[in-house]
Amino acid sequence: MAQHQVNYASAGGLPVALTTVDHLVNWGRSNSLWPLTYGLACCAIEMMASGASRYDFDRMGTIFRASPRQADVMILAGTLSKKHAEFARRLYDQMTEPKWVISMGSCANTGGMFNTYATVQGVDRIVPVDIYLPGCAPRPETLQYALMMLQKKIRRESANMKNNTKSNLRLI
Amino acid sequence: MQQPNKLSPFFENLNFERDDNTMVINFGPQHPSAHGQLRLVLELDGEQVVKAYPDIGYLHRGIEKMAENMTYNEFLPTTDRLDYIASTANNYAYALAVEKLLGIEAPRRAQVIRTMLLELNRIISHLFFIATHALDVGAMSVFLYAFREREFAMDLMEDYCGARLTHSAVRIGGVPLDLPNDFMRNIRAFCDKVDYELEHTYNALLQENRIWKMRLEDVGVLTPEDALSWGCTGPMLRGSGIPYDIRKEEPYELYPELDFDIPVADTNDSYGRYRLYMAEMAESTKIIRQLILKYDGTEPQLMAHAPQYISAPKEEIMTQNYALMQHFVLVTQGMRPPKGEVYVPTESPKGELGFYIKSEGEPYAYRLKCRAPSFFHTGLLQEILVGTYIADVVTIIGSTNIVFGEVDR
Repeated sequence: MAQHQVNYASAGGLPVALTTVDHLVNWGRSNSLWPLTYGLACCAIEMMASGASRYDFDRMGTIFRASPRQADVMILAGTLSKKHAEFARRLYDQMTEPKWVISMGSCANTGGMFNTYATVQGVDRIVPVDIYLPGCAPRPETLQYALMMLQKKIRRESANMKNNTKSNLRLI
Repeated sequence: MQQPNKLSPFFENLNFERDDNTMVINFGPQHPSAHGQLRLVLELDGEQVVKAYPDIGYLHRGIEKMAENMTYNEFLPTTDRLDYIASTANNYAYALAVEKLLGIEAPRRAQVIRTMLLELNRIISHLFFIATHALDVGAMSVFLYAFREREFAMDLMEDYCGARLTHSAVRIGGVPLDLPNDFMRNIRAFCDKVDYELEHTYNALLQENRIWKMRLEDVGVLTPEDALSWGCTGPMLRGSGIPYDIRKEEPYELYPELDFDIPVADTNDSYGRYRLYMAEMAESTKIIRQLILKYDGTEPQLMAHAPQYISAPKEEIMTQNYALMQHFVLVTQGMRPPKGEVYVPTESPKGELGFYIKSEGEPYAYRLKCRAPSFFHTGLLQEILVGTYIADVVTIIGSTNIVFGEVDR
C-alpha cells in the first residue's frame, strides 16, 4: 500500500472544490447572459456595434438571441413609443425567469430629449429595470460596463429568485 | 372582441379567421431582420405573399412637432436622431435649409469639411447596409468584416466631433471645429483601407458567391416605372436604371467642382442594388481624396459672417462688446429668420432627404417637414412584396435599406 501522505495545507488544498449552490448557479448565470435582439432606435446601432468585431461581446458569453424564450437579458435600446410599449411588455413577459432588464440610453431611462405626446417617459413605467446606463447614445464600452455591473449584481443574488428582495441585496 | 384603447389600437383587431385560403401572419414590430420597428401584416397563399401591409409609427417621437417649440439651433441635435446611421447627412440637410432661409453661405473651409463628412457618412451608412443586409440573408461573416471597417470611420468621426453616432458635426452657417491634426493622414489611410477591402474582402466574399446570388438575383424586382411612381430616390431609383442623383441634378456644396460618377444598375433587382452600393462607396473615397487636396490653402474661417443670425467666433465674443451682446441675444432668444418658406433637397445615403421650413419671422419654425427617403421606400413594400416568397421578404426589406428613425420621425 502506498504510504504517502498529502499535506493539504501546503499542496494546493483538497482535491475538492467547496462552494455553495448559490455560487455555482450564479457563476453559470452571470457568465452566459444572453440578451434579446431587440433594437428600438439609435442605441440599437451601438448595441449591434457591441456585438460586432471590435467590441466582441461573445468573449463575455453574451450572445444575442432572436427569441425571447432563449434570452435572459432584455436591453431596451432606444426610444420606447406609446404605440410600442405594449409589445415591449409582452416580450418581457415572454422571457423565462430569471430575467434582467438593462435600460440603455437617455430615452429609455427617462424619455430623454423626446418629451412629447408619443414617447414613454422611461421604460421603468413598463418593465422593472436593473441597470440604467446613461448617454445618447452610450458607447459600446458603456454597455460593456453595464453588463459587468449586471454580472456583479447576479453574483450576489440568491439562486432562488424568491429570496431576492430589495432588502437582501447589498449595494454595489 | 378586444376593444380598441390607447395601447392596443384599432388594427389590432384584424380578423385572422378567413373564408378564403390565405393566411394572415404578423411580422414585427420586433423582428431581428425588420430593421427597427417595422410591422408587416402579410397575407399568404401557401408561401407566396398575396398582400403586404406595412404598419409604421412604432418609433413615432413627434420630432416635427418638437421643431415648432425649439429655436433653430436647439433643433439641430434632434435631427441626429432621424437617420441615426448617417447623422451628419441629416444635420447637413437641416442646416442647408435654414441657411437658404437666412440667405447665407458657409465659408470655403467649412464647405470642404462638410462635404468630406457627408461622404464619410455615406461610407458609414453603406457599410452598415452591407453588414445588415448580409446578416439578414444569412452571411454572418460579412457583418463582422463590415463593422470592422465601420469602426475606423467611427473613429474618424469621433476624432472630429467627439461623438460616434449622434454627431451634430454640421452647424447652421458652417462647422464648429477645424479638422484635428492627423485627420488628413487618417482619412487617406481609411480611403485606402476601404478601397482595398472592397476589392479583396467584400467582392471576394459576396460578388460571385453562389448562395448570395441565388438569394438576391431577380428578387425584389422594381421596374423603372414603379420606382418613379412610388417616389423612390437614391439607390432604389438608381438600382432601377434611372441615373438621378441630387448631387448632379441640383448641385449643392462643393459637388459641382468635384469629379465623380453616378453608378447605375439596370438589373432592377436586389443584386443590382447591392452592386450599386459597393460602387457608390468607391465613388465616395474618390470624392474624399479630391477634397483632401482642396482643403489646403483655404481661409481658416469656419462659420459664415452674419452677425444677425450667427454668433461671432469665440475670440471676438471675449474681446468685443458688441459681439458679446449679439451672442447673448442669439443664445437667449434664438435667431429670427425672415418670413418665408424653403425646401432644399439633398442626397443622403438613402435618397432624397429634404427639409421644408415655414418661417413666420419668429425664433421658432411655424412648420417643419422632413421629406425622408425611407418613408417612401417603406410604402413601396406593399407593391414590391406581392408575389414573392416569404423567404425573400427579409431580403427585400434589407435591400430597401430603411431606417425607422426617419420613417416615423
